[in-house]
Amino acid sequence: MNSKFIRNVFLKGLVLFIVIDLVFITVNPASLGKFSFYNLLFAGRQRFPFGENSSQSYNLSLFNLDAMFSSHVIADGPKPTDEYRVIVIGDSSVWGTLLRPEQTLSSQMNAAGLSFCGKKVRVYNLGYPTISLMKDLMVLDYAMRYHPDLVIWSVTLEAFPIDNQLSSPIVANNASRVDGLIARYSLLLNQNDPALMRPNFWSTTLIGQRRALADLLRLQVYGVLWSATGIDQTYPADYQHTQTDFNTDVSYHNMQPPTLQDSTLAFAEIDAGLRIAKKIPLILINEPILISTGENSDLRYNFLYPRWAYDNWRETMTVRAEEGSWKYLDLWNIVPANEFTNSAIHLTPSGESLMVGRVEQFTLQQSCP
Amino acid sequence: MTLPVILISIGVAALLGLVVRNRWRIQLLMGISILAVFAFQPVLPVRGLDFWFPIATLALVSLSWILTASPENRNWHKNIPAVATLFGIVLALGLTRYLGLPLYLTASNPPQAIQILIGLMAISLIAFFLTRFSNPNKVGLIAASVFIILLFLILKFPQLSIIISGLLRSLNHQSSSLALAQDLRWLGFSYIAFRLLHTIHDRASGHLPSVSLSEYMVYVIFFPAVTAGPIDRIDRFIRDLRSPLELTSDDIGESGKRLLVGLFKKFAVADLLAMVALNATNALQVHSTGWAWILLYAFALQIFFDFSGYTDIAIGLGRLLGIRLPENFNAPYLKPNLTQFWNNWHMTLTQWFRAYFFNPVTRALRSGEKSLPIPVIILLTQTATMVLIGLWHGATLNFVAWGMWHGLGLFVHNRWSELTRARYTALSPQWKSVLNAGGMVLTFNFVALGWVFFALPGLAISANYFRILFGLA
Repeated sequence: MNSKFIRNVFLKGLVLFIVIDLVFITVNPASLGKFSFYNLLFAGRQRFPFGENSSQSYNLSLFNLDAMFSSHVIADGPKPTDEYRVIVIGDSSVWGTLLRPEQTLSSQMNAAGLSFCGKKVRVYNLGYPTISLMKDLMVLDYAMRYHPDLVIWSVTLEAFPIDNQLSSPIVANNASRVDGLIARYSLLLNQNDPALMRPNFWSTTLIGQRRALADLLRLQVYGVLWSATGIDQTYPADYQHTQTDFNTDVSYHNMQPPTLQDSTLAFAEIDAGLRIAKKIPLILINEPILISTGENSDLRYNFLYPRWAYDNWRETMTVRAEEGSWKYLDLWNIVPANEFTNSAIHLTPSGESLMVGRVEQFTLQQSCP
Repeated sequence: MTLPVILISIGVAALLGLVVRNRWRIQLLMGISILAVFAFQPVLPVRGLDFWFPIATLALVSLSWILTASPENRNWHKNIPAVATLFGIVLALGLTRYLGLPLYLTASNPPQAIQILIGLMAISLIAFFLTRFSNPNKVGLIAASVFIILLFLILKFPQLSIIISGLLRSLNHQSSSLALAQDLRWLGFSYIAFRLLHTIHDRASGHLPSVSLSEYMVYVIFFPAVTAGPIDRIDRFIRDLRSPLELTSDDIGESGKRLLVGLFKKFAVADLLAMVALNATNALQVHSTGWAWILLYAFALQIFFDFSGYTDIAIGLGRLLGIRLPENFNAPYLKPNLTQFWNNWHMTLTQWFRAYFFNPVTRALRSGEKSLPIPVIILLTQTATMVLIGLWHGATLNFVAWGMWHGLGLFVHNRWSELTRARYTALSPQWKSVLNAGGMVLTFNFVALGWVFFALPGLAISANYFRILFGLA
């Protein structure tokens, strides 16, 4: 046996690996997310990829916005001339936790077959299941390239605390986009926040990117089962219903009654959203919450909100909406308690339809562009 | 097997191949293979069973060797190193229980040392009596074959497995109501049993080469091939084992190529296809004919790349150790008819069945006083062989249906080629190429449709899937 042979094999392998890695770093692997079989071989997804139990939901969570948008039906070719394009951004209640794709707010609006200003209304679900205005802002900023005619932004108080803004994994893993938004809109967020994941040299190599690359590949492969089954989420036969009895704790993000400090809330992100939308109308919705009637419900509406904090925030929102001439729709109490599922903001299909009627009505009241 | 386990196996094989010279080669291969039988065994819910199954494997191999070895080969002194290695490793593994460190050499914590000692003594006693009082006569060999087939039936019939699991659970003071067929996952038993049956049969027919205990042990539990084959023949295997190990750069190059190709097939292609391949869950969710075919094709390709990937890995590992394991797959999906498909799919298993079932049964049916018509014999033997191959995978109605599907397919092809042979021979090469291409597409789709029975757990769900495939649902 020739020991030179083995040495040469290893040396050649090493050199090849280094060369491939250098090419990979130079090419900027993040942009690989734009390559997608969705809307080409597979049907575009009706909502963003998100999920933990991939083998059952045929879906997965990833942090590459390019890949998320490329897999979405909104990326299916240029916008038709007869389409009035509405995008809905927000949290898991917009995305539709425990709802089938056709049961979400967006799909139910599409099912109504609305026309507006002589065009067919087509609503796109751009919700994503974490609660943070910064995350919504990031999605909105990206979505503008798809030329929406109307933006519907569904929010709730929990999206406002400053300390919630960067903790969402999708925000934390998109530090450069966050930097851009902070700089452009002078947001009061700390760019040195340790929650933001700053890539170093090694994390840009083939080895450092292996997980992200595997996720991109898995997203493409799951396109087969998404197209074959129309399933993008697991639907347990039974689940734990949202809490309706509470203890007497009324603190909210380390704040105590009676006043919610405005300085701890990210209202600047709402202003930034309005600036991103520019002349495109943006409807801001205060999404429905569970109003519990269980133990200590005189102190708390639900497990998310003590009454004082939520009421305080609602008042501020109303005032700011009037001052800023926002198109603001407050739907906080339109859904009865029995139409909530596993959280204080997740609705049943019937709960969604209650919301749909009000949103449709409000949308059609807008003036034509 | 997981990727880390395979990578460790590659490391061990490379080290053995590069460092170990001939003097210690067989002994070391035996030792590593014994360790592998314990290390590869999956964790089982029945307490201690994942330690006793490997011991049972070693006991079966040792006792089969005693039954099949010639009296001069059974010589105690000649086999002392093998017996000492065997006992030493089992006892050492048993004692790891008291180290309190995760060594990953056994699936779970081994049983108490006293239990292992009693087990080994019982096996030794049986071995002693077999050595002392038995000659390898036909009755003993038949009894051994029946015993192995009986074990096979217990492991393959879910109902029997559940009963045995329940009994074992009761013995262990575990709830027998939780017994499942999967409780009895005995690593590599399907392959081990077939190697043992092969040696027992060859002993009975006088074709078995004379081998020592360590050689026999290495043949049956050779660690690259213990989990997923191929099923080598002992005479061929022993020739390689006894040949001087001189690894050349060609060996290392070929081995590296097979290992890389195998790893890629298994972990890049097959595992990716597995994400979308037909299974019991998505069979009920798919809503269109086109996608139903895609899921089925994904399964067809996944099972090929998975299995042939493992074979490539086994062949690559074997090559590093100086053993040229036989090929198991030769582009089976590119064959123009079903007969050729089965000559190139899981070749070592089909050769086994051909040698020990199909040919003897065909001969017997032909040589009877009132011989059946040839087509009937072909129908019977081909269907029976394929049903047995199906049952080898698992004793369920779906595997029977899969065997019937292929048995009947082979029969129809046999009759068709008989009828058309003259016309086919007269065709121009261009027409033959066209027909072969058409035959390849037809064969692939026939095999793919057969996989419905293989991938799904029941006949009702399989029938429903056929309805979706043909737009009847």
